[in-house]
Amino acid sequence: MRVLTFARQFGEVVLAIAIAPLFAGWIAQCRAWLQNRSAPPLTQTYRMLRKLFHKDAALAVDASPLFRTAPYVLFGTMVLAAAIIPSLATDLPFARAADAIALIGLFATARVFMSLAAMDIGTSFGTLGARREMMIGFLAEPALLMVLFNAFLLYGSTALPSLVDGYASHPSVIDPSVIFAAVAFVMVLLAENARVPIDNPATHLELTMIHEAMLLEYSARHLALIEWASSLKLFNYACIGFALFLPWGIAIHGADGASALLIAVTALIVKLALAGAALALIESVSAKLRIFRAPEFLAMAFLLAVLGLLVHLLLGVSTHA
Amino acid sequence: MSVYSWTSIITAFSGTNLSSLLLLVAVWPVLGFAGLLRPRSVRFVARLLFPLGALVCVGVLLKAGAFLASECVPQEIVLPLGLANLPFHFRLDALSGFFLLLLGLAGAGISTFAAGYFRAGEGTSPGLLGLQYHIFLASMAVVILAGDAYLFMVAWEMMALSSYFLVTSQHRIPEIRRAGFLYLLMAHLGAICILLSFGAMQGGSWQFTFDAMRGTSLTPFWATAAFTLALLGFGAKAGLVPLHVWLPEAHPAAPSPVSAMMSGLMLKTAIYAMLRITFDLLHVQFWQWGVAVLALGLFSALFGAVFAAVQTDMKRLLAYSSIENIGLIFTGIGLAILFEASNLRLFAALALTAALIHALNHSLFKSLLFLSTGTVLHATKQRSLGKLGGLIRSMPWVAVLALIGTLSIAGLPPLNGFVSEWLLLQSFLFTAQIPHTFINMLVPLGAAALALTVALAAYVMVKFYGVIFLGQPREPSLAHAHDANWLERIGLMWLAAGCVAIGILPQFALRAAAAVTGALLGQTIAPNASIWQIAPIAPEQASYSGLIFLAGIVAVVGVAFVAVRLLAHGRIRRTPAWDCGYPWQNSRMQDTAEGFGQPIRHMFGAFFRMERDLPSPYDSEPRYRIHIEDRFWRGIYRPLARAVQRSADAMSVLQGGRLSIYLLFSFLTLIVLLVFIL
Repeated sequence: MRVLTFARQFGEVVLAIAIAPLFAGWIAQCRAWLQNRSAPPLTQTYRMLRKLFHKDAALAVDASPLFRTAPYVLFGTMVLAAAIIPSLATDLPFARAADAIALIGLFATARVFMSLAAMDIGTSFGTLGARREMMIGFLAEPALLMVLFNAFLLYGSTALPSLVDGYASHPSVIDPSVIFAAVAFVMVLLAENARVPIDNPATHLELTMIHEAMLLEYSARHLALIEWASSLKLFNYACIGFALFLPWGIAIHGADGASALLIAVTALIVKLALAGAALALIESVSAKLRIFRAPEFLAMAFLLAVLGLLVHLLLGVSTHA
Repeated sequence: MSVYSWTSIITAFSGTNLSSLLLLVAVWPVLGFAGLLRPRSVRFVARLLFPLGALVCVGVLLKAGAFLASECVPQEIVLPLGLANLPFHFRLDALSGFFLLLLGLAGAGISTFAAGYFRAGEGTSPGLLGLQYHIFLASMAVVILAGDAYLFMVAWEMMALSSYFLVTSQHRIPEIRRAGFLYLLMAHLGAICILLSFGAMQGGSWQFTFDAMRGTSLTPFWATAAFTLALLGFGAKAGLVPLHVWLPEAHPAAPSPVSAMMSGLMLKTAIYAMLRITFDLLHVQFWQWGVAVLALGLFSALFGAVFAAVQTDMKRLLAYSSIENIGLIFTGIGLAILFEASNLRLFAALALTAALIHALNHSLFKSLLFLSTGTVLHATKQRSLGKLGGLIRSMPWVAVLALIGTLSIAGLPPLNGFVSEWLLLQSFLFTAQIPHTFINMLVPLGAAALALTVALAAYVMVKFYGVIFLGQPREPSLAHAHDANWLERIGLMWLAAGCVAIGILPQFALRAAAAVTGALLGQTIAPNASIWQIAPIAPEQASYSGLIFLAGIVAVVGVAFVAVRLLAHGRIRRTPAWDCGYPWQNSRMQDTAEGFGQPIRHMFGAFFRMERDLPSPYDSEPRYRIHIEDRFWRGIYRPLARAVQRSADAMSVLQGGRLSIYLLFSFLTLIVLLVFIL
């Protein structure tokens, strides 16, 4: 039994590592279609990773060990997050290692390491990217926390497995606050994953870059690890979103059969496909914001989440009264 | 109050934890005075006496730990010292045990570091410095162990004075004298408030032992008056906004080990006293107290983080970060009062645990960082962030240890800062159960302010570490900076090890805090035996495991590293930095400290008073100057200082200089008093 849960945990992690680049590739493909370009094949991201892994790493002369360690740390944190988030099943040995708030902390660790590594060489673009990345980070975190507050008020927990299980036991309850929280979460997801209104993953204009500016000095296997970690981060955020707002199909506590897992995998792939298409749509219809508009965008997300809280409190008070 | 004979004292000293603790504490002044035997010898004072002082710290740590691990039955000793009929009461209970643990833990690291740090020709002679240093340590321990208001005030003043002399050890520099004066002034204003608070708390019984105060029942007015005065007095010592102005002046002025002591330890004595008075002596009576403390704490935290982000002096940056962390601790205390007054004991215990653990954590990582700036200062003679950079290459030891401190203070898992901030956020989640709808709606905003502060702290620390240790050296001389010496390294390693240990195994710190919450609130948070995770209320609600975090990340990093080497290769080509193909870059093109703080200045402009001189585009030698000032200076302190000056001038009319007039005043006073009496 115990061996089985560990096997399931391992399977979940391997699946996450394997399909995260596919998810990124799928979004790129949808974007290309929406913009009337001919799309790269779905496997493009894998090919790029393979190419990068086999190149020689060009490392700046005065790069310190921190610069070389950071990609591995980044990859490690994202894989660990993938192990904790219940993307397929809730009854996992790693799931209790962190609740959603600790997950935010884990993402913050990755962000700080990336920013420090970007400052290591001492180029102008590196420090600029680090500064902007940290800025987006401290604007996004309060909004994300408010989203989690919403979830806590609904199900009395910040542990993602408990949230999914709680949802499964009261599937009929749909609180209006969830809608506000979901919109806020999507906005935070866009900002945290360097997507369009805040940053552009496909940009080649240095002055507008955030995430890409930090990677400029990286090459070969280090760059590959960072790219892989970035796609894992997007995948993780999507899975957190699924656990919070669309938990259908995740194998809940007690459902151990192979059929439940099969359903979970299918549901995950369907959800990812839909979410990827939706993300591509949002990115295609919105324009990139000036960096100084980013605070407004994230303040909007924050306010939506707070509105959700207030709606819940007011409705809760009126129903109890 | 019976007078104890010396034999009874000796019998009292045999065996109990308190007596051996007092003996240990008494060793510090002895070490201090021993330094006066050869006051000019750095080798004798620094290399011999300071390590002995560190050993005493370890002893205090072990004793306090042993006491907390036991049943924590309060112990008392009365010594026939001090004034007649007012003997000194010493008392050791769980709360003082916890703070002694903190004092011993951080103090051992700081003293070891100081042994390697002090060298000849830095202001005060080493012997005198050693005396002040050890008196400072001992008085902090006595503040924590005091069992009556009289002894408390004596030790409190000793602490303020000895630290004043330490701050002004470079007294030939006018700014340092000014900073010291400001510190002394604020310390005494605070002390007056504390004195009045004790006066209000004795409630007409004129008994000044804490035992008597614990027993008196005060009217709501006097209880609130005592609480408010204590908040003012201890808030001034801890650096709560708006009483914080001395802190960013005094901390940078002091030598680095002293900054570490003041920030890491002395501020905690104010936290200790605040907890002692609120929970132990006044028995938390009104939830409004909690709201006041919570609001002040949150504002201080945000204020400190925002100001830290725009500093250009590395020690000032850390000083503002201390204000932020003190704000976080007070936030926890405020929540605990709020919960306790609403009879939600379990959540009160959670919030109080968060505050205690954060106090412990802050004493470790803030000392670590202040000491690191000390080595940087010695190696480069620079305090300004604008003239540092790239030190990770010339000072690898300090860089690695400072990185641990940086990640801890930024609140990142799996290190210790995250544990307490996580607990604090968890306790915010339960505020929905407080039976005041208004508070229910406002408190989530407090949680958001907390999240903003924590994330801003990460921003600040990336700036701190990145500008000092990473990038290109901004001055050519930095390439030859020397690393810390061995004693300094041991001190830093001790503190860094504490940060890591509490981060991955917070269970021990939680157990120590549980002894305190058990004694103060009669409630502890879920005492879970599991080594794998901490779950303050229930594992279904929230759990966190630093151990799994560290193990998971290390395992994945290891596997990824080996896999990359096996499946691909590990070849490396060293090239010049690319920077988008721009080959003429130099160290001046990196972000300066001002540049890194620019988004904060842009977004939080309302917090500062800014003066800027922007050069014209045609200026051949452009100079950019920016001056950022605290609004509180202009808003409160300058008008206050002017008013004091004016009233003093008005009073000086009385001071005519003629003896006959003065005699007339005395005569009139006598008449008036007689009228009163008759």
